[in-house]
Amino acid sequence: MKEYDLIVIGAGAAGMSAALGAYEKGLRKILIIDRDEEYGGILQQCIHNGFGLHTFNKELSGPSFATECYRQIKDNPCIEFAYNTVVIATSANHEVKIQSKKGYETIRGKAIAICAGSKERSAGAISLKGARTQGVYTAGCAQKYANIKGFMVGKKVFILGSGDIGLIMARRMTLEGAKVIGVAEICPYSNGLARNVKQCLEDFDIPLYLSHTVVSVHGVPRLKSITLAEVDEKRQVIKGSEREIECDCLLLSVGLLPDVGLLDEMGAKLDRFSKGPVVNDQYQTSIPGYFACGNALHVHDLVDYVAMEAKKCGENIADYVLNHNERPLSIKTKASRGIGYVVPHYLAEGRDVEISFRVSNIYHDVSLKLSSGSYEKVIRKSALLPSEMVKLNLKKEDIEKFADELVLEVVE
Amino acid sequence: MELICINCPNGCRLKIQKEGDDFKVEGNLCPRGRTYAINELTHPLRTLTTTIRISNGIHAVLPVISDGQLPKDKIKEAIKVLADVEIKAPVSYGDVVYHDILGLGVDIIASRDMESLKKN
Repeated sequence: MKEYDLIVIGAGAAGMSAALGAYEKGLRKILIIDRDEEYGGILQQCIHNGFGLHTFNKELSGPSFATECYRQIKDNPCIEFAYNTVVIATSANHEVKIQSKKGYETIRGKAIAICAGSKERSAGAISLKGARTQGVYTAGCAQKYANIKGFMVGKKVFILGSGDIGLIMARRMTLEGAKVIGVAEICPYSNGLARNVKQCLEDFDIPLYLSHTVVSVHGVPRLKSITLAEVDEKRQVIKGSEREIECDCLLLSVGLLPDVGLLDEMGAKLDRFSKGPVVNDQYQTSIPGYFACGNALHVHDLVDYVAMEAKKCGENIADYVLNHNERPLSIKTKASRGIGYVVPHYLAEGRDVEISFRVSNIYHDVSLKLSSGSYEKVIRKSALLPSEMVKLNLKKEDIEKFADELVLEVVE
Repeated sequence: MELICINCPNGCRLKIQKEGDDFKVEGNLCPRGRTYAINELTHPLRTLTTTIRISNGIHAVLPVISDGQLPKDKIKEAIKVLADVEIKAPVSYGDVVYHDILGLGVDIIASRDMESLKKN
């Protein structure tokens, strides 16, 4: 059986960065597996710009960001790539069962990094009513067709959900000649970044219908129309607000979920809000030797943050493999009032740690409060949005003071 | 006037006011915000990203990006020009695939490497 110091699952921004981090801290036998035919993951289809300002100090498109990551490791004899390779299963004894053109094989890693990214919520996940008709796609799927395969999925497009991919696709489809009729968002606020609402919708006069949803789709075999309706504050459809809109394509941009399939099958503990695994301050999951980072851990706004988190994760993995460093689970982080989730879920004394979290609602002019034992810190914030991840650095001198729980909350 | 800066995901909420011949910009975390706000009022600029057809490549289309910003109102026209362009693999990241688009002094460059299909 082939043995590796580290097996990385996923060759996207997270996987490549984790491999680099692990190499730089001393690991010398690293394998990166991807089911696709090349590196880069979802970055290859994100052809727009806005990536890389934090990691490479220049503004890059997605494919360029992937190329920059790849160039850091491509000639490294200690890092091997296996493309067109699917991971069938992983086990607690660190065996990874893979399938490729070469056949079925079992390999073993001293550690395994889950860098499998996230998956899109589908029509089924939001219980979209109506015929299972042609012309309904997730935004990311339409993006792959447009930007890699080179064809358009519709001419008259409606978009449900104001996630960033949906907004980006509104612009992309418009520039490619389609008519984008509008974007509906069930929340009273946009779930995408403000910059994307500006440059993808407002620049092209595409209306954003807040507090609206698509209640059903019509037309067989091809989509002919949708029913759009307004919702109240409990997200219930307001009777009488329904109206039919003609379109031949509906794109869904209704959220991403960490791809935790392999971890879930092994019984790893998951976070109910982030939908990703529960991790300690090394990004190690509840299955010993299995680490997770990037969108497989929690969905990020920004690939730069994915790359930074993954590099750190790779460094932690090297520390775990070479020095057998096992971090205790001494302090639990708790997402309290107004906070959706906090990553990592456990902290311990002796090192600085960066925590990431999301609020569960829109807040203006509030304070973030961190408290644990005698420690208390209050940070004023002019705006906190669910669509924007917040990161904070905790100093080890402060962590020394913590009791067994660190509580995060929003104080109005 | 209030603007959302589009340079990076921070999406700074900018306030811009004309002060004589100059502008007063507030709310920006970095100098790019000031430049953006002033441009947005005087001559809005955008980076262009799209794909062009590529033959004999591992994919059907090649992602490309403008090597600089174009006037916002020229973006659609530029995309139309690029719709008729087809190049041949292999291409390297950074190669100029279309020179001086619409005479605006901006090149269109490849966003990635694209190897040619290996013949079996």
